[in-house]
Amino acid sequence: MTTPVASGSQAGPGAPDAGPRGVLSRGTVVLGVAVLLGAAALTLLGLWGTPEDRVQGEMVRLIYIHPPAATTAYVGCFLTTVGSVLVLWKRSQWWDLVAGSAAEIAAVFCAITLLTGMLWGKPTWGVFWVWDARLTSTAMLMLLLVGYLALRRLPADREVRSRRAAWLGLLLVPNVILVRQSVEWWRTLHQEPTLSLPGAKIEGLQLFTMSFGFLVFFAAFAWLLVVRFRVAWLEEQVEEQGLDAAIADRRAEAGPTGRADVEAR
Amino acid sequence: MDGNTAYIAAGWLVTFGTLAAYVGVLLRRGRRLSRQVPPESRRWM
Amino acid sequence: MLRDAALVAGKDLRLEARSRVALNQIAPFALLVLILFAFALDPDRGLLARATPGLYWVAVLLCTLLAVQRSFGVEAADGNRDALRLSGLAPGGIFLGKAAAVAVQLLALEVLLGLGVVVLYNTPVGGWLLLGSTCLAATAGVAAAGTLYGVLAAGLRVRETLLPLLLLPVLAPVLIGSTRAFEAALSGAAADGWPWVGLLAVFALVYIVAGALAFGPLLEES
Repeated sequence: MTTPVASGSQAGPGAPDAGPRGVLSRGTVVLGVAVLLGAAALTLLGLWGTPEDRVQGEMVRLIYIHPPAATTAYVGCFLTTVGSVLVLWKRSQWWDLVAGSAAEIAAVFCAITLLTGMLWGKPTWGVFWVWDARLTSTAMLMLLLVGYLALRRLPADREVRSRRAAWLGLLLVPNVILVRQSVEWWRTLHQEPTLSLPGAKIEGLQLFTMSFGFLVFFAAFAWLLVVRFRVAWLEEQVEEQGLDAAIADRRAEAGPTGRADVEAR
Repeated sequence: MDGNTAYIAAGWLVTFGTLAAYVGVLLRRGRRLSRQVPPESRRWM
Repeated sequence: MLRDAALVAGKDLRLEARSRVALNQIAPFALLVLILFAFALDPDRGLLARATPGLYWVAVLLCTLLAVQRSFGVEAADGNRDALRLSGLAPGGIFLGKAAAVAVQLLALEVLLGLGVVVLYNTPVGGWLLLGSTCLAATAGVAAAGTLYGVLAAGLRVRETLLPLLLLPVLAPVLIGSTRAFEAALSGAAADGWPWVGLLAVFALVYIVAGALAFGPLLEES
């Protein structure tokens, strides 16, 4: 997590007109440092500052990161769908990049949610995985996101890819709702919902730490979104350059008329 | 209690480890790509 | 729009009647899946009969993938996609027609698979009304969602591997709903099954509407 600071300090005093060397600007460096400090404070509070829980004992310490990660993943999905709607409605290329970036970050947080959930489940339930409604629908969410990202990564015409990804992203939130609802119904018809994270019992410093966890995770999401967006933007620029170069090559091959055309540019 | 501590530590490590790895990948990719793009099309706000 | 739908559905079904791909390849594949399940699960302890609803619907979903691939494979040849786009047919109608053709083929497969589980798994059958409604609602949803995701993946270079990844998570509610409804019907507690048919109907409705709206822009852009 120290990488952003290190490369950020290099980015500042570069050649005056060379632009930033990486994807970091002053704003992202400031926000990145803030997130790092927040994460450090969260770790101190979560692992040492807060007392044990009466019901859960030490295991409460995972509650400071698990629900924030899950919520952040859902925020990312929601943003993907919003971005996709705007792509289709306004034909906006900018929102296409936002939607794709948000989906990728959502997948990262979804993976974190699954892993921390399993690590919480092993000592609590005795197994890594139970067919709990939330666990199952989070796994399905992960698969939906992976499918969306797979479509985005296909080699295809950019316009075609962006429109198709937009329709898929538009269907993402409805799918998540349908899957969640049916999975929840499926599990609760047979049995009471298995142990869920009892957030309601938390109070005092524990409640503050969990809220702080949400804050840190949302800030981290914002930082990642900006950086991922810039990477996506650069990728698009490079792709376009490659295309231009290929067209120029073809024209050069085509003969003197084509060559004149290229030189005029 | 000891067993639980290991799971808690693993949970926090996995969380921050995954994020750090992702950040590292993004920054490296950004650095490599920005070398191929003229500076005027990468002036971040 | 409905007339266009009937035209397209008639075209796809006539194509199937002449090429017999579903009959000669997808139907045997469905039976093969049933037999593979028997290999995978011990057939002597009544496990197959008890697991019939789930196995049946997993087999249907696998066949759906093939049917959808086939439905768009037909359009990929000879620039048929352009022909469809330029045909002047309402895009919503094209969607409904293709989905209806897939649904008809799937319903035929479901009858075959039903015979298969009765004969091979020795499953006692009852609750016909619930079974039939489940099949209709689930097939409508599966065909609509399959057609919509089929056109999303169509024309891309790796569509064969992409479609299952995109479609199967989306169809999870259908698998859950239809399996529960079948369980209810087969165990004689039909009242428990009807809410699931409701869920399947909602799913079908969502995807029919979404598909009819999305098909035009999706067909146009490529």
